[in-house]
Amino acid sequence: MIHRECGVLKTTYEADMALYPLPIAKYTVGALLVLFFGVVPLALDDYYLSILNLVAIAIVGALGLNILVGYTGQVSIGHGAFMSVGAYTAANFATRLDAPWPVNLLAGGLMAAAVGAVVGIPSLRIKGLYLAIATLAGQLIIEWTINHVTFISGGVQASIEVARPRIGSYVLSSHRSMYFFLLTFVVIAIVGTLNLVRSRIGRAFVAIRDRDIAAEIIGINIFRYKLLAFAISSFYAGVAGVLYTYFLGIANYEQFQIVVSIDYLAMIIIGGLGSVLGSIFGAIFITLLPIVIRIAMETFGGMLFEQQTVLNLIANLRLMLFGVLIIVFLIVEPEGLNRLWRNIRSYFRVWPFAY
Amino acid sequence: MLEWVDWRFTLLLLSNGVLIGLMYSLVALGFVLVYKATDAINFAQGEFVMIAGLIVVGFLNLAGLPLWVSLVIALGAMIGFGFGLERVVLRKLIGRPIIAIVMATIGLAAILRGLGPMTIGAGTKPLALPIPDEPVIAGPFFFPPIQLVGGAVSLLFLAGFGWFFLKSRKGIAMRAVADNQQVAMAMGINVERYFGLAWAMAGVVSALGGVLWGNLLGVDVNLALVGFKVFPVVILGGLDSIPGAIVGGLIVGIVENVAAGYIDPYVGGGTKDFAPYVLMIVALMIRPYGIFGKRMIERV
Repeated sequence: MIHRECGVLKTTYEADMALYPLPIAKYTVGALLVLFFGVVPLALDDYYLSILNLVAIAIVGALGLNILVGYTGQVSIGHGAFMSVGAYTAANFATRLDAPWPVNLLAGGLMAAAVGAVVGIPSLRIKGLYLAIATLAGQLIIEWTINHVTFISGGVQASIEVARPRIGSYVLSSHRSMYFFLLTFVVIAIVGTLNLVRSRIGRAFVAIRDRDIAAEIIGINIFRYKLLAFAISSFYAGVAGVLYTYFLGIANYEQFQIVVSIDYLAMIIIGGLGSVLGSIFGAIFITLLPIVIRIAMETFGGMLFEQQTVLNLIANLRLMLFGVLIIVFLIVEPEGLNRLWRNIRSYFRVWPFAY
Repeated sequence: MLEWVDWRFTLLLLSNGVLIGLMYSLVALGFVLVYKATDAINFAQGEFVMIAGLIVVGFLNLAGLPLWVSLVIALGAMIGFGFGLERVVLRKLIGRPIIAIVMATIGLAAILRGLGPMTIGAGTKPLALPIPDEPVIAGPFFFPPIQLVGGAVSLLFLAGFGWFFLKSRKGIAMRAVADNQQVAMAMGINVERYFGLAWAMAGVVSALGGVLWGNLLGVDVNLALVGFKVFPVVILGGLDSIPGAIVGGLIVGIVENVAAGYIDPYVGGGTKDFAPYVLMIVALMIRPYGIFGKRMIERV
């Protein structure tokens, strides 16, 4: 990630595919781990840790969507619904069976994967725009089902309270303990995605994205791999949904509406399609955007406008800035923040020379 | 006795469905026009309708202008908006993958959703038209006049655009652009201008849709939700077909009304938004290009 090399001298495929291209990469990763597991939780207070928790959940979800959209090239506007499937499955397991959190987490992920694979079935016949609309239908139908089937939603308000996760006898009730809990899953998700995309499955995904007919001819079973992409992506979404449920302490379908699906799409577009680092950047960016706007408007808005106007502005500015950013990134930098980061890096790598 | 009531109830649902369906057709027409000419998918069609409604309400209620002046201003604004949008955003995305255009229009939708309430305020505003409120009763049917007007306007527009594409010079040029951009360019057609024209026409249709739907539902951000009905309509009818927009609209209108009438009492509401999408999924699996659409869809 953050390192400088001199010359590319790879002679084997293994070296080319290695997670750590240079020894220094190991130190960088080690330093990042120390930073996020050691320094950050000690340095920040609960408010900032709760924001980081939201970022962590978004990273897991964005990684999942990027596997589907960025690596496999299948458009999906149903990510929020898959998250809700995970969330409600876990909530029902937790309240009805009194199951511990690892069981709930796995059940939520697997149920979301199953539902995702079903929603992905149209992708076998249609693609592009038609698939986008089909997944949109999936989103709306899942939303409606959860909202109207009381067996799933637990009746009034369609929300289920979930007890905090516990490890042994220790209950993860503070934002600080949740931070460690969530960060663990972020690490697992990142490592999992990195390894997935350089495996046989990941290469098949990329082949389908680049040219599906060619992929079929070289022997990739498109049927299987497209459904697998939907299932894996939805598994991530389901896990993110369960984590969010544990973070909030409640499963509520309003947290997983179509706006959320669009937020996640924006994350991977602004971050960079088909890139793990891009998903992380995008998740951080989109999660922090409303918070930064709110803080900025609360600090400076009061000087220019009245209190009521400021409140009105915060909500609407967020939407507008969100839209403007998506369009600007699409036009100016289609490869997203990841590309910007690479540009900055390659600038400093050869500094003080131009190339 | 009971059977008679049921029969009457069904007819009522059907007739209302037809009228609402025609108003859906009007909104869907904007989507079809853009897709037909430019191959771009407009996920912001509902927001177009909303913003047009807001412009009319803004000039009508806040500035106190007469209705026809507000309507003319809204039409002008939407035409300018259509051309400007094509020039600034969509032209830069020509030749890019489908998700880029989908996301660009979703981004546009977000901008319009923020812009509307920010400038005109968040509350729901009534949009009064000089149309009587009393329903027109004809035998077992009764029709709200606004829906009759809406249906008539929709049919008028659909016929007008049908004529435009079949007979007029510009319409034929636009079909040429839709068919093959390079050949059209070689024949001396200014392709980019026709792209702009298509977006402007979508703006005009949305302005009318905004007034009619605004009168029916009141004008606020939720007016944009009409846009969600566009997808079932256009998928059922065919993405690039004007008659398809009518037929799709009618099917969606009837299905959602009948489904809501018979299923809502058992599940507690919401069937209206749910049934068209179930129908659409079925259509996508069986006949993805729609009833009248070109069979050009790329199979996998």
